[in-house]
Amino acid sequence: MARNKEALLLLIDVGPSMHNVLPEIERVCSTLIEKKLIYSKYDEVGVILFGTQDTKNELTKEVGGYEHVMVLRNIGVVDGNVLEVLQPLPRGTFPGDFLDAIIVGMDMLIKKYGPTNMGKKRLCLITNAQCPTKDPYEGTKEDQVTIIADQMTAQAMKMESIVVRGRIGAEANEKIMDENDRLLNIFSKRTRAKLVHVESPISLLGALKTRNINPVTIFRGDLEVSPKMKIKIWVYKKTTEEKIPTLKKYSDRAPPTDKFATHEVKVDYQYKRVEDPNKFVPPEQRIKGYRYGPQVVPISSAEWDAVKFKPEKSVKLLGFTDAENIMRHYYMKDVNIFIPEPGNTRAILAVSALARAMKEANKVAIVRCVWRQGQGSVVVGVLTPNISGRENIPDSFYFNVLPFAEDVREFQFPSFSNFPDSWLPTEQQQEAADNFVRMFDLAPPGKEEALPPDLTPNPVLERFYRCLEVKWNNPDAAVPPLDETLRKITESDPELLSHNESVLDEFRRAFELKENFKQLLREKPSGSNGGEDCAMIHVQSANRDTNEATSSIKIEKVGDITPIQDFEAMISRRDGPNWVDKAITEMKNKIFYLVEDSYDGDNYPKAAECLVAIRKACILEQEPKQFNDFLRHLCKFCKEKNLRSFNEFLAAKELTLISKSEAPDSEVTEDEARSFVVKSEPMLE
Amino acid sequence: MMDLDPDDIFRDEDDDLGNEFYEKEATKELAVYLVDASPKMFSSTSPNEDGKDETHFDVALSCISQSLKTQIINRSYDEVAICFFNTREKKNLQDLNGVYLFNVADRDYLDRPTARLIKEFDLIEESFTKEIGSKYGIVSGSRENSLYNALWVAQALLRKGSVKTACKRMLLFTNEDDPFGSFKGASKIDMIRTTLQRAKDARDLGISIELLPLGRPEEEFNVSLFYADLIGLEGDELAQFIPSAGEKLEDMKDQLRKRMFKKRIVRKINFLIANGLSIELNTYALIRPTVPGAITWLDSVTNRALKAERSFFCADTGALLQESTKRIQIYKNETIKLSVDELSEIKRISTGNLRLLGFKPLSCLKDYHNLRPSTFLFPSDEDIIGSTRLFIAVHRSMLRLKRFGVAFYGSSSRPQLVALVAQEEIIIAGGQVEPPGMHMIYLPYSDDIRDIEELHSDSNGTAPCATDEQIKNAAALMKRIDLKDFSVCQFANPALQRHYAVLQALALEEDEIPDINDETVPDEEGMSRPGVVKSLEEFKLSVYGENYQEENGPGKAVDASKKRKAAAELAAKESAIHDWGELADNGKLKDLTVAQLKCYLTAHNLPVAGKKEALISRILTHMGK
Repeated sequence: MARNKEALLLLIDVGPSMHNVLPEIERVCSTLIEKKLIYSKYDEVGVILFGTQDTKNELTKEVGGYEHVMVLRNIGVVDGNVLEVLQPLPRGTFPGDFLDAIIVGMDMLIKKYGPTNMGKKRLCLITNAQCPTKDPYEGTKEDQVTIIADQMTAQAMKMESIVVRGRIGAEANEKIMDENDRLLNIFSKRTRAKLVHVESPISLLGALKTRNINPVTIFRGDLEVSPKMKIKIWVYKKTTEEKIPTLKKYSDRAPPTDKFATHEVKVDYQYKRVEDPNKFVPPEQRIKGYRYGPQVVPISSAEWDAVKFKPEKSVKLLGFTDAENIMRHYYMKDVNIFIPEPGNTRAILAVSALARAMKEANKVAIVRCVWRQGQGSVVVGVLTPNISGRENIPDSFYFNVLPFAEDVREFQFPSFSNFPDSWLPTEQQQEAADNFVRMFDLAPPGKEEALPPDLTPNPVLERFYRCLEVKWNNPDAAVPPLDETLRKITESDPELLSHNESVLDEFRRAFELKENFKQLLREKPSGSNGGEDCAMIHVQSANRDTNEATSSIKIEKVGDITPIQDFEAMISRRDGPNWVDKAITEMKNKIFYLVEDSYDGDNYPKAAECLVAIRKACILEQEPKQFNDFLRHLCKFCKEKNLRSFNEFLAAKELTLISKSEAPDSEVTEDEARSFVVKSEPMLE
Repeated sequence: MMDLDPDDIFRDEDDDLGNEFYEKEATKELAVYLVDASPKMFSSTSPNEDGKDETHFDVALSCISQSLKTQIINRSYDEVAICFFNTREKKNLQDLNGVYLFNVADRDYLDRPTARLIKEFDLIEESFTKEIGSKYGIVSGSRENSLYNALWVAQALLRKGSVKTACKRMLLFTNEDDPFGSFKGASKIDMIRTTLQRAKDARDLGISIELLPLGRPEEEFNVSLFYADLIGLEGDELAQFIPSAGEKLEDMKDQLRKRMFKKRIVRKINFLIANGLSIELNTYALIRPTVPGAITWLDSVTNRALKAERSFFCADTGALLQESTKRIQIYKNETIKLSVDELSEIKRISTGNLRLLGFKPLSCLKDYHNLRPSTFLFPSDEDIIGSTRLFIAVHRSMLRLKRFGVAFYGSSSRPQLVALVAQEEIIIAGGQVEPPGMHMIYLPYSDDIRDIEELHSDSNGTAPCATDEQIKNAAALMKRIDLKDFSVCQFANPALQRHYAVLQALALEEDEIPDINDETVPDEEGMSRPGVVKSLEEFKLSVYGENYQEENGPGKAVDASKKRKAAAELAAKESAIHDWGELADNGKLKDLTVAQLKCYLTAHNLPVAGKKEALISRILTHMGK
């Protein structure tokens, strides 16, 4: 058994007021289980529901009470079954009592593990905490919770509570909610419990840590304020990118009968002389060469070790400076955290005093760090105070790496004030922009901040793990589409858009954007596309609606603003044989782009207009196959990409394949053409 | 070659970021430095940092020297030529007067910089007068035109390579804003015309000519006299041209150095603002870690480069394979197959654009919301006119309202949320310190953030918190150790400096490796000033109390060795309890616990690894039984 195995109990409120968020809860719990199946296969997991119609738990048998708490799955090593019991979760019919559920969960953990598994026992409560808890037999609810919390501490259990509120929470009695919040707060004060309130489905998906990583220190030792004043600290990573696991390469060579085949691919490196490719050079005859300009300098490892930079392991303070001296965009890497040595009161006080003094004076500290002995480099970074908001958590510092002189490229950019007036906003435009920035607000006062990094999950990871599950069920299944809730991370919130429609419209009206045709005329050398360095060519203002202009300016690209005109101009060019093909290809890409980039169908009319244009052109140019293939492809694409609504839109517009009657080269009969869209979309009826 | 090296020591996990992120520099740069060497360049002086006078010629040399050193580390594939004009001697392929191409052995005039070039260029001052010499090349009455000649020579050098794959530049250092000032009438018009025509021809070939004017506060370099036409500035661009004459010489050097780098655009992206409104942005990588170059394996016998060859084998059958496009992951005891295409499809959750989602107050951007170096955004009207205007309006509003933008950046390697922080232009002493624009900061997801604070939360009640008195002492100390003029990136990376110092010495076959100065060590002297020491003592007393003993003794023993010593002492004590000889003789060692056995081993400084039998046999061996 793995030493770090964790025992996790999910306590899920499935009472009636929770029903609207259960799909998200199913999602996030599934991701958690899917990750455990890969990273911590020996972890043990149990699931308790409360607010259910039925009652099923040991305590009710032993002492009575604890109704509507149902053990959905006993604690056991994680497996695919957990996923099945989670999806779908049964909908409950009673208001759930989260305290009952916590006690049942603790009882299960105690019975199963006793005093073992210290610190690896975790309870995870997901509820809206809107339903009243029962009064205890004696004492107040507060007393009862205090006793439970102390017991939790004694058993070294951890608890996370995710409380669903706000927009997605149901109507509820404020008094009860306040009481419940007070009770849950006792847990975070008295024991190792975390409490998170979430107000949106996205935050709900992000609130539960789906991967349990045992953090390790990257440094333990002294923060040397001076050679005579040192503070004992530990350094951990605060952020680090969680990636898709590195997958192994697959080999299909093992015979199908071989049950123990690993199907892995091994990689082997061999070194050959450039001038004599048949001769292999054995490893001991190789020597490392370091580039210096065109030269490669050979140095053996031993020589290199003798001369390379060898700083001593240490963390030293260089001094303090004003916070505004260190701009945010100079932070180089993921972030570390400096915490005072746990249990060391002096260190905790020293860090606390410095952090609070820095916060008050708006200062930061500059430090020089060598994390390990033998590390060949130093880092210089900035410590910023992290004043604790909870009384059982000591103050600490965040650490960000700063760039060295070699890491900065000092490019010069023109001042905005030097730009010609035509590039600067007018007063009216500025006002429209001010309103836009003010109203397009993701963190309005009194509401939950939308998309806070701490509660926003990585949609790619979720999709990857779901894809594994889908493929496990059916190896030939396609990659599942992005979860609908998670898609909202990648697009603007429709609610926010519709609330501010007038501000947005005004903003849009204030700024006129035009494609730069002059630029398209110039063959640019690929290397010299240096934005503002390019001299503008002064051509008479091009009025693109007249034929005259179109003929004087040769269109080479289907642009964003007037794609149809561009396309028509291109296809009617007769100065080269390739323009028709090029125009059709460009137009196809444009249509794809429009459809794919559509928000709630807002680009569909434009895409359809383009389709009409390309269809017309393909008939005229006797290229029916080009169009028919494209339309088939597009419809298939839309189906796969969950863009069925576009196909419906096309059907409504009666856009069909090009039939024989329209173009003799077509292989499509009239009937076939007419039924095309309908057929590809059987759900339409 | 790089990605084929399995032993690449510098590429640890942390640096393994997507290629897309670290810009691929598809084009190489060919640059000719044209340095005016006329007597005027030597006569104009300004005091430098140390108060000594430095000529404009020295300034140009020092800028080039610094740029060469940066180039050999960062962009060693770029090629460079150094060309003096207004010289006494001549050296160029066209045999034109007044033009001298500087070079060293084993190198073409226009070629990659080498260690020798850098070294000899640094010494050029000593030999300049003797070997090259300064002399006006444009004198009234003569038809000689050294500027024309220099442009010709440079253009001839830059004929190399196609404009499609290379970016070609001439960088002209001069302090003469009116080179044909001494001419009159028709001859003046003629001289100017031919020179401008020469420059125009070069520009028409795709060569950009950039001017690095050296001026003085009392006599500003007037670009409109002649050079505006030479480098092709028109209308608005002329107004934007920065004459670059710093109050101090150092400032001017800084500005020139910045201008010597070609701004490289990493990508052009569409920034979707709302409802189909979209503008055009260029992204730049202003800050990226510089790492030592990759290793090349050599044959130690011949010192020639080796070619690495990668081959794939089936782990089950040993058969040689082609590179596979299928990947596997074990999941629920099954081997799940995914194609490379499917994997990239999983990551494709948005189009490659930057899509604005809204704005938040700057206080929402926490110090731990960071993963990678930021990317700089600057608007462009190249394809969509009006982009710059809209960008500036939003930029100003964001600064005024103290907000940052939140956007989704759909890159193919890692689509993620980003913060867009507006940066106001900052100009100090006439030089741009921070360009105006927006910085794109890559935000972590909840999966990337760890709850370290919770990890060690004190479960029994409250964690100590500093008193006002202690905070006051800390504040007093802070005032004492204040780095007033601290600027980010003021330090050179000592590891990198050392790395290249070693390489340079070896490349030039020098015996001694020069010492590099580690600028990152604390200022011990400053720390030992009485005022600092006093406030340190006060702070220490207030947080640590009176009877605080330094946990590490004055010997400053390393933690680990001290621990080991303590453990050995303890083990010796413990092991003394038993009569080991007797236990061994009676075969009773096996009755002891492993921990007890280990005490003996530790006490006698023997390895403690292995199973119980191994421990027993090791003890017996040690006792000679």
